[in-house]
Amino acid sequence: MNVLWLQSAGCGGCTMSLLCAEAPNVFDLLEGAGIEFLWHPALSEETGAAVRRLLEQVESSEVPLDVLCVEGSIVTGPRGTGRFHMLSGTGRSMLDWVRNLAQKAQHVVAVGTCAAYGGITSAGGNPASAIGVQYDGHHNGGALPADFRSRSGLPVINVAGCPTHPDWVTETLMLLASGSLSAADLDTLARPKFYAEHLVHHACPKNEFYEYKASATRLSEMGCMMENLGCVGTQAVGDCNIRGWNGEGSCTRAGYPCINCTAPEFEEPNHAFTETPKFAGIPVGLPSDMPKAWFMALASLSKAATPDRIARNAVSDRIKVPPKQKAGKT
Amino acid sequence: MSGRNLLVGPFNRVEGDLEIRLEVVDNKVVAAYANSPLYRGFEPMMLGKVPSDALTITPRICGICSISQSAAAAAALGDAAGSQPAPQGALVAALLHGIENLCDHLTHFNLFFAADFARPAYAERSWHPQALKRFTAMQGSAVRQAVEARAQLLHIVGLLGGKWPHTLAIQPGGVTRAPSARDRIRILSTLTAFRRYLEAELFGAPIEAFVELAGADAISTWSTGDAGLFMEIAADLELEKLGFGPGRYLSYGAYPLPEGRTFGPGVWENGELSPVTTEDIREDLSHAWMLGDENHPFKGQTIPDEDMKDPAYSWCKAPRLAGNAVETGAFARQVVDGHPAALDLAANGSSVLARVAGRLLEIARTQLLLEQWASAITPEAVFMESSSLPEHGQGEGLVEAARGALGHWIQIENGRIAGYQIIAPTTWNFSPRDRRGQPGPVEAALEGAVVGDDEETPLSVQHIVRSFDPCMVCTVH
Ligand code: SF4
Ligand code: SF4
Repeated sequence: MNVLWLQSAGCGGCTMSLLCAEAPNVFDLLEGAGIEFLWHPALSEETGAAVRRLLEQVESSEVPLDVLCVEGSIVTGPRGTGRFHMLSGTGRSMLDWVRNLAQKAQHVVAVGTCAAYGGITSAGGNPASAIGVQYDGHHNGGALPADFRSRSGLPVINVAGCPTHPDWVTETLMLLASGSLSAADLDTLARPKFYAEHLVHHACPKNEFYEYKASATRLSEMGCMMENLGCVGTQAVGDCNIRGWNGEGSCTRAGYPCINCTAPEFEEPNHAFTETPKFAGIPVGLPSDMPKAWFMALASLSKAATPDRIARNAVSDRIKVPPKQKAGKT
Repeated sequence: MSGRNLLVGPFNRVEGDLEIRLEVVDNKVVAAYANSPLYRGFEPMMLGKVPSDALTITPRICGICSISQSAAAAAALGDAAGSQPAPQGALVAALLHGIENLCDHLTHFNLFFAADFARPAYAERSWHPQALKRFTAMQGSAVRQAVEARAQLLHIVGLLGGKWPHTLAIQPGGVTRAPSARDRIRILSTLTAFRRYLEAELFGAPIEAFVELAGADAISTWSTGDAGLFMEIAADLELEKLGFGPGRYLSYGAYPLPEGRTFGPGVWENGELSPVTTEDIREDLSHAWMLGDENHPFKGQTIPDEDMKDPAYSWCKAPRLAGNAVETGAFARQVVDGHPAALDLAANGSSVLARVAGRLLEIARTQLLLEQWASAITPEAVFMESSSLPEHGQGEGLVEAARGALGHWIQIENGRIAGYQIIAPTTWNFSPRDRRGQPGPVEAALEGAVVGDDEETPLSVQHIVRSFDPCMVCTVH
């Protein structure tokens, strides 16, 4: 299976993250699965004229294309021309290239939240008019229309994440190569379910604090970050805390909140990223699949029942009170 | 006289997209124009937001120097708040930042830069079989070992910073996770494994031996490891005569710790070191598709010219220091810091060889620093102080990314961001001409490069451009 990778208006971080794949390393892994890069802007030898020829050959169907991976959002500005990003050496906008090359691909994969939904490039007033390959934020329809289907019949596959996890990309590609990723394996925002059916909250080491609503009051404290520090791990999709990042890491493990980077419009939470918006002292963004009244009742009950160990550790930067051990038989 | 124009792009194995236009006369480049073809608008994006949002948004300018952006934002906010990070917090931040810089140098050497020596055009050279084996893009044994070693080294960022890139762990007051004694020992063991890799593959000798090299000759006759292979290639291709920059080097100084910056700050020209006065920075807009006036970054604005009018040819502004183009990067940093081998190389000018040698030197020196810093972690310490931002104020955050001097300048009014300007290393190195017609450093370095009759994408041009390790996503941001 061959892959043509384009870097559009993003930070290149999803490629940098991809290079963190391990056991085996990204090149051994992909090669072992029969996946090869036709061209990748950070990794391939070919530059300049050789690349222009290759792009023309793909566009004219002379070279068949299995997967088009797009990293970075698609900028449509100024005034819908896409001239905020002309693919260098070609005199054509990336918008134009993506629209054309997508027609030739068996599968189209949007790598990272920028390519999927617009992402951070569309933050603030969206100065470059950035959109995703097939979405514009939550709205279905981006650089490609909502009804676009690649030659395989699938919509654009959104491997969202900012950056996206290296395994999310390699596993998506390997599933495609083995013919085992169908439309039923994508969630309603076209993210692969193998990681999008989990929540960041799952396996977060702060779960016990969450149970008692024992909350951190500032970054670096050990407590749950939902009440005060903007954590939306209970709503954010991703197996970040199950799988781990760069060894054993994750955002919440490092003491800062999940900002829902796998979701459309995460870049504009309408509040400071590391503060929880509250209404009458109650956090606004409660878990999505729980009736609010229940949540409130449970929260006040568990708060009242918080063991001293958990209450004290929650506002400390390390374990102050260890769990009690049962006394042995004497 | 025979002349022709060449357009080089897509220019790959640089971070982001780059287009170079060349005027070639009698097989030599007589003028070069660097175009940064992507505008995203991070600076206007920040306006009106709460200042702390800069810590989430600006790292996403760049996926390769994300921690540098994050450290610069934290420094700018800390400057505005008039606060200092907890000393041990600064130490862990330096550790995180040093790992990113080290990884970037490693990625550059093995994945971005050396692949060009495996090209068929060099098939007749004595070193080519070895270059083919080690450096072939994606296939070479050095390439695979490097990505593997890098992924493992980044476990330290996973542990302390949650993930790489785009961590939120670095804050004005320090870092968000207090490492334990167990973490410290893990970090040290990861560093030991990385040292083993460097000594076996990149240097083929103890790291200290490379750090202690005192002169240009000692560097260019180094013969072991991939560094030695590169020196052999460099001697054969005369890379010490290729790609001279302006000979004026800028470093803000790297890794601010309570005792000072580990690599010292300064501006170096003709053997003279002077202090950096950031008041002397102006961003010239004459050849950028940007509207408004030339300004210091505290006053600067970012208003793209939607008509992309001539004579502009890039989205990149042209920062100048007291009116001058300056080169920044690992070599500049080592010259400014006064490493004897770097100073000796600088006497000959900043060639392709010098830039790569500077990076190799810095890989070795950074490994030693990381080991020292990790040993100095005191698990009982405080890693984050509180720091509160003023309703009105301004701050300057200066750090050194792998590619050189990175600055953030923030203005805060009524608790909101009223101005945010960023000058990245590649903004300096890949700036277009200014109103006096002075070319940017890479444009100057390309003048005189030899172009073969049948070359469409000249190899000499590729070596020169890549020797700067450009990061185009940072350039315009
Ligand atoms: S910090 Fe976030 S992800 Fe962790 S338990 Fe609390 S709400 Fe869940
Ligand atoms: S924890 Fe949340 S913000 Fe962090 S990577 Fe996972 S989804 Fe993104």
